[in-house]
Amino acid sequence: MEIDGPIISGRDLRVQYGDREILHGINFDIQPMETIVILGGSGSGKSTLLRTMVGLEKPTSGAVWVGGTDLAHASGSDLNDVRKRIGLSFQGGALIGSMTVGENVALPLKEHTNLEASTIEVMVRIKLEQVGLLKFQHFMPSQLSGGMKKRAALARAMAMDPEILFFDEPSAGLDPIVAAGIDVLIMNLKKALAVTIVVVTHELASAFLIADRIIVLDEGHIVAMSTTEELKRSTHPRIQQFLNRVPDSDVGDDVDHLRLFTERI
Amino acid sequence: MPRLSLVEPLSSIGNAAEKGLAYLGGLAQLLGRAFAHVFTSPLKRSLSFQRASHQAMVIGVAAVPVISFITFFIGVIMALQGAYELKRFGALHLVADTVAISITRELGPLVTAIVVIGRSGSAFAAEIGTMKVTEELDALETMALHPIGFLVTPKLLAMLVMMPCLTIWADLMGVLGGSVFGVIGADYTLGTYLSATREALYIRDIITGLIKSIVFGLVITGVGCQEGFATGTGSEEVGRSTTAAVVTSIFLVVLVDLVFTAIFYVTGGA
Repeated sequence: MEIDGPIISGRDLRVQYGDREILHGINFDIQPMETIVILGGSGSGKSTLLRTMVGLEKPTSGAVWVGGTDLAHASGSDLNDVRKRIGLSFQGGALIGSMTVGENVALPLKEHTNLEASTIEVMVRIKLEQVGLLKFQHFMPSQLSGGMKKRAALARAMAMDPEILFFDEPSAGLDPIVAAGIDVLIMNLKKALAVTIVVVTHELASAFLIADRIIVLDEGHIVAMSTTEELKRSTHPRIQQFLNRVPDSDVGDDVDHLRLFTERI
Repeated sequence: MPRLSLVEPLSSIGNAAEKGLAYLGGLAQLLGRAFAHVFTSPLKRSLSFQRASHQAMVIGVAAVPVISFITFFIGVIMALQGAYELKRFGALHLVADTVAISITRELGPLVTAIVVIGRSGSAFAAEIGTMKVTEELDALETMALHPIGFLVTPKLLAMLVMMPCLTIWADLMGVLGGSVFGVIGADYTLGTYLSATREALYIRDIITGLIKSIVFGLVITGVGCQEGFATGTGSEEVGRSTTAAVVTSIFLVVLVDLVFTAIFYVTGGA
């Protein structure tokens, strides 16, 4: 697919669960071959943004264009066409528990291509080799450690040679050494493959390591969209707070605070 | 306010009825989609067939031992209970008829359904519920594999084939169970018992049982999968949906049984 301009873009994108709006009309562009990190704290809406970009959540209004298709108005088959061109590595792996690691990686190839079984087998081994799990092809997901599950999920996400790779919290729940290993893996992929990478994380160190550009989300708004150097120089109070790991202050207006205890009595 | 006391129970009845109908509507929609996927699914036929035959093994073949034992014992029990009453009329020779009719028309399909609910209906809810909690359903969607086509359709196809098969087997085992009493407690030989059974049965008796078993299969698959998809977040939710799948399935199976038995009674005589 050759498209000029951004490969993913959001236009006045709003998403709500029930009555609660999570993303308040955000605008962004992601260019082909770029590595973008979406950074934000818990409840910032970064996971919702990721789910919207892969079509798991429907925008309430606005548009989200992925590879030339507006997911907000795409039909089921259009959505599936987009999904065959993207890969998502889930936070917990989300490997199908009843299948071996190899079968998980082979699944999209078997369903969506007409390749020979032997070709698929070779491709599965190549993908597993890329994430360092070749020896674990015949293991069940339950036999893998957390870091290995994430690697296996990545192998599955890469199975169809996607144009866009999404990562949901790649280093969450991992010890620093394993997490660093995943970062290196992402950077190697970035060099080796012609692929757009979108990583959602709250890990600062890994964000600055892998990103070309960083989008900072805070309470459903984009507060920054810039290169790592620009971001470090930013004077925006929320960004400074996030970068310097300053907790939210509990001390607000004293009268307001007291009112919490006395209202509706 | 006397009016309020009348309005509240009425509105809660209305709410319950609405919820019940919405549930049945959801069930019909799920099953309809699962059927539609047989014909329109982008998933590969050969792979769907593989998954369906795997499910058929799990739902059907693996259930044969337990269903054999249970329906065999129920055959013996029906013979004993029937004989208790028949003996008073000196009609012990009708034991084979009693067992044959009660097993083929009612107990064969019903007991099979209850065993399948316990083994498979609960497992559907637990499997799909766990997949929801661990984001596996989301993963299927992002791989452009529709969860209904991928998970429900093979189960539905397997169930529609295996329920009648299991029911026929259950009928046979029930009759064999009855023959144990017939040979020991009444003046039958195995041969005379079986031929008495054959005389007593019309093909209609077996067919009505099989029709019921197919509908039971629809209910069990629909409820098990629907409860699985309705699982919230958190592992305790999987337990809740498994329980709900079993209780709701048993209730609906008995309800469907009642409706169909009434229809068969009205349309064809006892």
